[in-house]
Amino acid sequence: MTTPGDSAAEIWPLWEVFVRSNRGLSHVHVGSLHAPDETLAVRNARDLYTRRSEGVSVWVVPAAAITTSDPDAKGAFFESPAGKNYRHASYYSKSEGVKHL
Amino acid sequence: MTSTITPDMSAPVAISVEEQQFNDLIEADSRIEPRDWMPEGYRKSLVRQISQHAHSEIIGMQPESNWITRAPSLKRKAILMAKVQDEAGHGLYLYSAAQTLGATRDDMTDALIAGKARYSSIFNYPTPSWADMGSIGWLVDGAAICNQVPLCRASYGPYGRAMVRICKEESFHQRQGFEILLELMQGTDEQRQMAQDSVNRWYWPALMMFGPPDDDSPNSAQSMAWKIKRHSNDELRQRFVNMLVPQAAVLGVTLPDPDLHFNEETQQWDLGEIDWTEFHEVLAGRGPNNAQRLQRRRDAHEDGAWVREAAAAYARKQSARTEEMAAS
Repeated sequence: MTTPGDSAAEIWPLWEVFVRSNRGLSHVHVGSLHAPDETLAVRNARDLYTRRSEGVSVWVVPAAAITTSDPDAKGAFFESPAGKNYRHASYYSKSEGVKHL
Repeated sequence: MTSTITPDMSAPVAISVEEQQFNDLIEADSRIEPRDWMPEGYRKSLVRQISQHAHSEIIGMQPESNWITRAPSLKRKAILMAKVQDEAGHGLYLYSAAQTLGATRDDMTDALIAGKARYSSIFNYPTPSWADMGSIGWLVDGAAICNQVPLCRASYGPYGRAMVRICKEESFHQRQGFEILLELMQGTDEQRQMAQDSVNRWYWPALMMFGPPDDDSPNSAQSMAWKIKRHSNDELRQRFVNMLVPQAAVLGVTLPDPDLHFNEETQQWDLGEIDWTEFHEVLAGRGPNNAQRLQRRRDAHEDGAWVREAAAAYARKQSARTEEMAAS
């Protein structure tokens, strides 16, 4: 499964960029960029995605290294939780009115 | 298949499951993501719009970079550099969005420097005075924001997300421009004259940024049906003028339209005739600076070739070394 934007016609490989906006939070995907290697990818990511103190840490991942679920199978692939609403706290209603539950 | 997304009920056409899914997502105001099936026309439309938008950001660096070395203070110079750097960033966000649709960066760059791709005609106007840095921020970036805020909800996910980032940054651009003009308007007679002269030159081209009038905008209807575009050109232009009039009053500048007047009935500002001949001339490449802007972009691309080659060579060498080390 090829990553969108990653093409043999591009001279530089594509990198996906993840930024941690603050300590205690996860790295979140912010976008992508092209760079010849990982060192320049990190520098480019800093210039492109953190010009206004948006982050305290940056990850770059070669887009080609990401494995994704098949978009055409999205129904079947994510079907398993359907009908299993007992996995949600809201399923259990008898405790309504009882405190701290 | 690409010309309409609403099947004609009188002559039912069998559409594929994928096309139905696409239509349902658009109908439900959901988003289309890169790997989803999409009609060829939708993809083409987006590549055209997003790449033109990216080119505009990149060419848009030129009229302003013109003033970096001549900014009136160190603070203004730092602000202007930050702004020009933002424009480069906006171009990159947008090129990346277009690349998710299968367009390559090289093809887009080549089309631009070969003069085959379009970019916003506003950047073909010259910036002879410092006040133009103010007018570009206030009027040009102001018009851009008006255009771009609804694009944050464009039906194509990567485009919408790029626009969210861009809009956040554009508001700094608009405010700093307003401030430049305000300071000039509070200065000497000569400075006030400079500000007014600049507004006179940029006002009409800024209104043209919204594109041709609705009855002369062939792609609009389909773009709106696909929810790429949310409002018509004239609607956005009107919204912009309504915002400008009170802002001009704060600045103390006059908008160069003798026919501009408040319409009690519609509660909107009616504007005079726009000179569409000028718009089409500039679009056709006959604006004051078209040739110069393209030449500069072409030179920058060619002058930078060795940097791209050196970076690629270095990366190849590094990865060969890593492999060697892993093998030994």
